[in-house]
Amino acid sequence: MGQITLQGVRKSFGPVNIIKDANLDIENGSFVVFVGPSGCGKTTLLRLIAGLEDVTGGQILIDGRNVVDVPPAKRGLSMVFQSYALYPHMSVRGNIAFGLKMAGLPRPEINRKVEAAAATLNLTPYLDRKPRELSGGQRQRVAIGRAIVREPKAFLFDEPLSNLDAALRVQMRLEVTKLQKQLATTAVYVTHDQVEAMTMADKIVVLNAGRIEQYGSPLELYEHPANLFVAGFIGSPKMNFVPGEVAGEAGVAIIGIRPEHLKIGKDGDGWPGRVSVAEHLGSDTFLYVEGGKLGTLTVRYVGELSLRAGDRVWLTPDPARMHRFNKEGSVIRTS
Amino acid sequence: MARKVTSRHVWMSTAAAWLFGFLIFLPILWMFLASFKSELDAFAMPPKFLFFHWTTENYATVQQRSDYVHHALNSIIIAGGSTLIAMLIAVPAAWSMAFSPTKRTKDVLLWMLSTKMMPPVGVLVPIYLVYRDFGLLDSRAGLVLILCLGNLPIVIWMLFTYFKEIPKDILEAARMDGATIGRELVYVLTPMAIPGLASTLLLNFILAWNEAFWTLNLSTLEAAPLTVFIASYSSPEGLFWAKLSAASTLAIAPIIILGWFTQRQLVRGLTFGAVK
Amino acid sequence: MEPLGRQEAAMTTQQVIATQQTQVVATEQTQVLGRALLSPAVVLLFIWMIVPLAMTIYFSTLHYTLMDSENWSFVGLENFRYFLTDPAFLTSLQNTLVLVGSVLAITILLGTPLALLLDQPVIGRSVVRLMVIAPFFVMPTVSALVWKNLLMHPVSGLFAWIANLFGLTPIDWFNDAPMLAVILIVAWQWLPFATLILLTALQSQDEEQKEAAEMDGASALSTFIYLTLPHLARPITVVVLIETIFLLTVFAEIFVTTGGGPGLQTTNIAFLIYSQALIQFDVGNASAGGLVAVVIANIVAFFLVRIIGRNLEV
Repeated sequence: MGQITLQGVRKSFGPVNIIKDANLDIENGSFVVFVGPSGCGKTTLLRLIAGLEDVTGGQILIDGRNVVDVPPAKRGLSMVFQSYALYPHMSVRGNIAFGLKMAGLPRPEINRKVEAAAATLNLTPYLDRKPRELSGGQRQRVAIGRAIVREPKAFLFDEPLSNLDAALRVQMRLEVTKLQKQLATTAVYVTHDQVEAMTMADKIVVLNAGRIEQYGSPLELYEHPANLFVAGFIGSPKMNFVPGEVAGEAGVAIIGIRPEHLKIGKDGDGWPGRVSVAEHLGSDTFLYVEGGKLGTLTVRYVGELSLRAGDRVWLTPDPARMHRFNKEGSVIRTS
Repeated sequence: MARKVTSRHVWMSTAAAWLFGFLIFLPILWMFLASFKSELDAFAMPPKFLFFHWTTENYATVQQRSDYVHHALNSIIIAGGSTLIAMLIAVPAAWSMAFSPTKRTKDVLLWMLSTKMMPPVGVLVPIYLVYRDFGLLDSRAGLVLILCLGNLPIVIWMLFTYFKEIPKDILEAARMDGATIGRELVYVLTPMAIPGLASTLLLNFILAWNEAFWTLNLSTLEAAPLTVFIASYSSPEGLFWAKLSAASTLAIAPIIILGWFTQRQLVRGLTFGAVK
Repeated sequence: MEPLGRQEAAMTTQQVIATQQTQVVATEQTQVLGRALLSPAVVLLFIWMIVPLAMTIYFSTLHYTLMDSENWSFVGLENFRYFLTDPAFLTSLQNTLVLVGSVLAITILLGTPLALLLDQPVIGRSVVRLMVIAPFFVMPTVSALVWKNLLMHPVSGLFAWIANLFGLTPIDWFNDAPMLAVILIVAWQWLPFATLILLTALQSQDEEQKEAAEMDGASALSTFIYLTLPHLARPITVVVLIETIFLLTVFAEIFVTTGGGPGLQTTNIAFLIYSQALIQFDVGNASAGGLVAVVIANIVAFFLVRIIGRNLEV
């Protein structure tokens, strides 16, 4: 079991409030990603769950039991650190076994579990090496091995892929997701990369300035962002925001439209603009269009579109896909 | 360091570096050679460089004078004792400042450093009088105490900078893995800190071994370490260069060898981390 | 990718600082433990600093000699007046400054090119490094005596032989130029320290920065002047300050070679205080002198502590 519930969790350092009243219900077996810009408090929130920091107020329940006064080791969680935090003087075997050794398990059982974990992660040939003799990806696996071998109630991941190169990151992303599904263990995963969040999560928590802005499945956040912040943070390229006159005509403060929901229309039809930069990726074409009082709009076209800088275009937003925001930045639900 | 260099450049800098290195090393080399000469050869003019009658009788003489062993033993006890005691006090202090710092930690560190800046001569009088009254003059315990206090700031600083380099993540990982503070110390922190502990130990042993203000002023015979023993050669009678050289070689050889292992720690220790 | 408004950005900076503090502020349990572990060192160093200093201050206001220790009396600042107006003080202050200044000049002026040389591709660099660093590990009494006898002896010393080789009259170092002799011995001991620190600093210099300068068409000389020298400015300052602190109290080298003489020619402040305390047994006067030495050292230490404090990350 690994149900984690946050109730009114607060954390402040002196006068600075890092986490302001966080309420969250993480279901057993789900993969939850905390995402947000750097400094939003996502790592702090994870460390509060881990017990590496003391909460200032509120409760953290793991399987219904309040753990705020329970030391990290007794919470039954395991953590994968951004730096991997492998013990440099221990072999891979020693690293993975350390937690079990601390728990006082008998040696044969430790060996069996370590070898099973190593097999799962393709680490068997490296069991007797030291961390410094491993590549970045292998170290990452050891860190994960150390986490899974203890069969915790939940895994905590603190930006675990940020030190890997792009190709490896995509591969490890898949592996972590697969592993989590296979073990069906709750996972809480911190990242600043919204692509990681979208691809890995069952549910995403968007954090900003110590506040939970929205909690929902990736598609919910994409289709129904609750506010300007989430709308701008989720989705790549980022959503276009059109304030001013055009929005005023629709009776709202700001209109948001994703680049993929802007159609390139026939001459004279829709919003006029001029292409300033065209990026041809083959599979997609990204246009940056100077739209006069609309500002710069990003347009995504699936496939190749032979437009180049300087060309005039007309853009039509998909009305069903428009997001309307009030002055406070909250979304206005139409239906 | 993948800069292209011409072979002429390499040869020129090699020649110059070896020349200067040799000149700087020359006094030590010369002393080493003199220690194998007869007193007459050591005094000979023009000097005899390599072609003299090599003899180890000076070492035998120095060895036979039991007081050499006595002073060497004093040096070992005083330098070793003061270093070990300083370590015992410094390890917990440095651990605490590196892993559980408070707002005042920086001030405490700088204050500790400032005690090292106090010139010993400024407190010579009271220390001498207190030592006289407590019977600590010319006692090993007295020298151990004063060298320990004198080097404590350096020991704490070096250990602090080493501990500081141990990523906090790793200690937290150990905590997540269920290690108590005691087991964290035994299984994780100590093995990782051993290189740092060793070089701190070594450098401070060297500094204590070579200390020549308190040892000269607070000891005369019983507790006198090698610094004082060698100083007694400053106004001897008769021919003594070869014996002086032999005694000196014995006194500095082990330390120079230890010193070669600690040259990098020297920068860290004596600049208090101001140069990296 | 990070759509931050200005206000949010400001918030973020603040929080980044706060998160860094997170790393620092551990849980309550470890803090109590931390304080308990720190206190022995703090208490010991506090006693070590305060008690002797307070006693020195107290003695400095007394007329008190060990020859006549029954008769002592309070004399206020009389000892300071006496010490500071004593011609021996001015001479020894001058000697101290000459010694410190000359050794600093020699070690920096020789140490910098030496460090630059060792930073070059040199075959067998590690061996050269060992030879250069060795004098630092020689105990002061040994180096002083080896220099005085084996090298500087006017008849049988190595230097005398070299002088003869060039048809020059050998210098009787300890009679004709005693201060210069002491300076050379001390400079030899401290040259390795300066060289090693400057070399360490050179090796931390950004190689790409030098390559960029090379691409910009800078000559080796201008690279040195515009990049290397500024890079060395701080290590040089540190060398100056640290050496000054140690050089102000050079003692053993004088003690075993000249005994402060001839006359007062090689008496520095440290040696003067020593002779007043342990040769003339004038406790009051020596204490006053000790305090003067503390004040001088503190002026130097002030700057050094500031430099070290600036790049101290806790």
